[in-house]
Amino acid sequence: MPFIANTDEQRREMLEQTGLSAEDLFADIPPELRAESLDLPIGMNEQQVSGHLEKLAEKNHARLVSFLGGGFYDHFIPAAVPALASRGEFATAYTPYQPELAQGTLQAMYEFQSAVCRLTGMEVSNASLYDGGTAMYEAMMMALRITRRNRVVIDETVNPIYRVMIESYTRNLSIDLEQTCCGEGQVSRERIFELIDENTGAVILQNPNFFGIIDDFHDIAEYAHERGALLIVSVYPISLGLHKPPGEMGADIVCGEGQSLGLPLSFGGPYLGFIAGRKKHVRKMPGRIIGETVDTDQRRSFVMTLQPREQHIRRDKATSNICSNESLCALQAVIYLSLMGKQGLAETAELCADKASYAYSRLTSIPGVEPHFHAKWFFNEFVLDLPEPAAEVIGRLIEKGLAAGFPLSRYYRGMENSILISLTEKRTKEEIGYLAEALEGALEGSQAGGSR
Amino acid sequence: MSGGGMNEAKLIFEKSVEGRRATQKTPSDVGHSVNLNPDYLREAPPELPELSELDVVRHFTELSTRNFGVDTGFYPLGSCTMKYNPKVTERIAALPDFAGLHPLLPQLRLGGMLTQGALEVIWRTDLLLRELTGMAGFTMQPLAGAHGELTGIMIMAAYHRDRGNSKTTVLVPDSAHGTNPASAAIAGYDVVSVPSDENGLMDLDALREQVDDRTAGVMLTSPNTLGLFNPRVKEICDLIHSVDGIAYYDGANMNAIVGRARPGDFGFDIVHLNLHKTFATPHGGGGPGSGPVGVVEGLLPFLPVSLVVKREDGTLALEYDRPKSIGYIAPFYGNFGIVLRAYVYLLMLGRDGFLGVSENAVLNANYLRTKLKDVYRQAYDRLCKHEFVISPSKAMEEKGIRAVDIAKALIDRGFHPPTVYFPTIVRESMMIEPVETESKETLDDFAEAMLEIARLAKEQPEVLTGAPRSTSVRRPDETKAAKELNIASL
Amino acid sequence: MVPGDLKYSKNHEWVRVEGNTATIGITDFAQEQLGEVTFIELPALKCTVSPGNQIATAESSKAAEDIYTPIAGTITEVNEELEDAPEQVNEDCYGSGWICKMELSGNSGVDKLLSPEEYQDLLEKSR
Repeated sequence: MPFIANTDEQRREMLEQTGLSAEDLFADIPPELRAESLDLPIGMNEQQVSGHLEKLAEKNHARLVSFLGGGFYDHFIPAAVPALASRGEFATAYTPYQPELAQGTLQAMYEFQSAVCRLTGMEVSNASLYDGGTAMYEAMMMALRITRRNRVVIDETVNPIYRVMIESYTRNLSIDLEQTCCGEGQVSRERIFELIDENTGAVILQNPNFFGIIDDFHDIAEYAHERGALLIVSVYPISLGLHKPPGEMGADIVCGEGQSLGLPLSFGGPYLGFIAGRKKHVRKMPGRIIGETVDTDQRRSFVMTLQPREQHIRRDKATSNICSNESLCALQAVIYLSLMGKQGLAETAELCADKASYAYSRLTSIPGVEPHFHAKWFFNEFVLDLPEPAAEVIGRLIEKGLAAGFPLSRYYRGMENSILISLTEKRTKEEIGYLAEALEGALEGSQAGGSR
Repeated sequence: MSGGGMNEAKLIFEKSVEGRRATQKTPSDVGHSVNLNPDYLREAPPELPELSELDVVRHFTELSTRNFGVDTGFYPLGSCTMKYNPKVTERIAALPDFAGLHPLLPQLRLGGMLTQGALEVIWRTDLLLRELTGMAGFTMQPLAGAHGELTGIMIMAAYHRDRGNSKTTVLVPDSAHGTNPASAAIAGYDVVSVPSDENGLMDLDALREQVDDRTAGVMLTSPNTLGLFNPRVKEICDLIHSVDGIAYYDGANMNAIVGRARPGDFGFDIVHLNLHKTFATPHGGGGPGSGPVGVVEGLLPFLPVSLVVKREDGTLALEYDRPKSIGYIAPFYGNFGIVLRAYVYLLMLGRDGFLGVSENAVLNANYLRTKLKDVYRQAYDRLCKHEFVISPSKAMEEKGIRAVDIAKALIDRGFHPPTVYFPTIVRESMMIEPVETESKETLDDFAEAMLEIARLAKEQPEVLTGAPRSTSVRRPDETKAAKELNIASL
Repeated sequence: MVPGDLKYSKNHEWVRVEGNTATIGITDFAQEQLGEVTFIELPALKCTVSPGNQIATAESSKAAEDIYTPIAGTITEVNEELEDAPEQVNEDCYGSGWICKMELSGNSGVDKLLSPEEYQDLLEKSR
């Protein structure tokens, strides 16, 4: 049998020693509750299963030239990241309950926390959460615990996928969720100030925002703080190689998706949520936290700390129901950041911005293609308006081997013709040129065909 | 546990040398961005370490030597199902056509056709899990077991809202994992704890008193954290149904019955499975996990958005128009990479393979229990399923030996300790789950170590209280860690 | 150790009543059960509480206990020194380890508290 070590002879011997028969092992399950023979296939061996899965993989077309982003990016991953993270000592371990056998995981998570703080300009971080969306939800709950308020203001420039997640999570809770309508691409100060009042516990913003536009939220932080509310900022960590960290803008909690830090896209997961905050709020922070200490011989050691916040001790009074983190993904991220280093991350961020700027000028020179927003400060993504519905144009470009971008009509009313285009350091000048030609061709073709 | 064990641990940041680098700059082929505003830039790059690639490789390789995984040795951590994680699943998950797939691709027009392979993995896994549990459909979205619990409770709440029920409480046995009450509370319910009876099972009389019109549902792990199967589980489900409540099955311990008995046949309405337990995906040092949730027919409309469905032409698509759904609980289709690994494992086992899993998991547990029961105190002296709970004997306690000392002494003998101090309803508990992939020889070695430790407890207790001696650190000071709180090097 | 000049609750809190003010802390038994205290979450000032309300949480490295007020009143003072030195709850639970003071309300429930003798009995029974 696959992955079973005991031989038939050994099983007989073991049963004999326990004084049980094979039937006895399940005697406590009443016969009427036992399943009849299940309708499952016959097992495959390694070679057979590999063949089957390789066939399934071929049915995917991951190798399009991709300009898809929207919070999830195709960055280059150095070979050392998977090589180190896949070591069995890391990958096949569990939660570091026994610190003596888990100093590797524990120290790496402490280093991850440190790296997150250094990137975001914050003082404390946990050892990761499931993904960027659940991290935003946890950040919101944390802010409401701290302020003991129940009103949340979230801007429409925040990733719409995360906003719908927050709507789902708060449906059973007495939380009053207000969404501001986005104005000219940046957060509208007028509208958001109008919504922040004495009941507001959290203001949630994103930088760069879903349209790729960069902002500085220090004025919103000040305004929120004056009214006793906390500012939560979701960030794209690669952008922090170049941009002002939320900590410097007065953010109280920073969260985000860490997939860009050395994790493959992998059709949506596993990804990496992170959350960072101020030291004074650390006891309200959810999830696992690793701390430094010393052992009985005064040697530097790392342990899980502040555990009384967590579900295995506090049960229904815990700060969150979270049990695991995304330890292996956090390990990949800290390895990635160590390899990139101080200069490398800044250079990668710069390269993303360079490619985006070039693509923007190249694509906006196509007749009929216009920038959607006036705001011209963007990182690696931007929104263009096409002369016809973007979803259709994108569909036509797929046939040319291009994932040209994301149609914003999916999440924003009135943006039927808008496309979100994302660039990473992996996209070349040639590929951008190919996109421009293909887009121009697709638009001409449709106009010639009289579709407009 | 070799590899620099004697050296003081040094942080990667402390190894940094100004100007050193691991990656080389890629020159820009497109000039420089004119869309960056200098006012928005940071003054200096973030303080990340400056190292060579070899420095980084050595650092993390050295850290790995201070870690212990299933690949290293026996890991009988109760309720965690630390079974072997087949290597082939890693190779398949890394195939570029899976690993490189952007999750937004199927949301593009015609994009679904470009991801048929991935959708098929999800769809086929769903079918296999349905058959194993007796549920009518699964969502793969939940990103971990506890996330699955929260999803399940949200489905429970959506059901009651839909029926116009005003329910306020969720019943949870006192032996439950902490995530159960935490999940119910976070979804907005009051948690009522149900005591265990003298056999370690949910006290049905107590339950009867607690079930009333306010009861939204019950959360049950079966077998429970004591490794005991409740033969009256169907009665519990029936009782809950009598007040229009929902019976929730926490699949944390599914390994004990997989392939032989199905929570759906017991009467459960919602099931979550831990793919990192029963379905052999690596635990990763504490995640990523995956916690698919299955429901009975009547609850299908409440499953999260989106769901993979098969169209008439045989192709697979994502269904978004689900008006009664609880909505999005994860950004996309769950931890796809983990679901993919579990799918490979499911295919490799097949029907007979799963019978072998539960048989050997239960046999290994009972074999080890029999070997230890005369020397350690057994919480419940009866047939167990995949795990059992023991405590130090009275004689050991008289010498001042606690569960923690036994755990640390096991480390010196090359084993990962069992789960200690959980479940809390047993004093000084050690929860041992040997799993099916371990051999009789390993169990014999472990039993021998446990017996030797018992002997030492009486003769030389100081050997145990001074353990472990073979590791790079010994019994780190957790109180100091909490009081002096140093959780980041800034 | 049960000082004779205090009143007690079944949940192992002590109360010192002086006129219309009461000081609350946890007993020697409670601090011992908890182990070395690493953090105390103190109540909010001016907060009005009634018997059974949670007013504070004490954490050790592996456990957390909620502390409930056995009497009704309004919180007037909290022991801020515990923020930096929570170990005082262990070292001097009846003295510098006090948690908060409150102004008693009309029907404070002080009369329902246990006398030192009654509390001593309770401890012996629970052993």
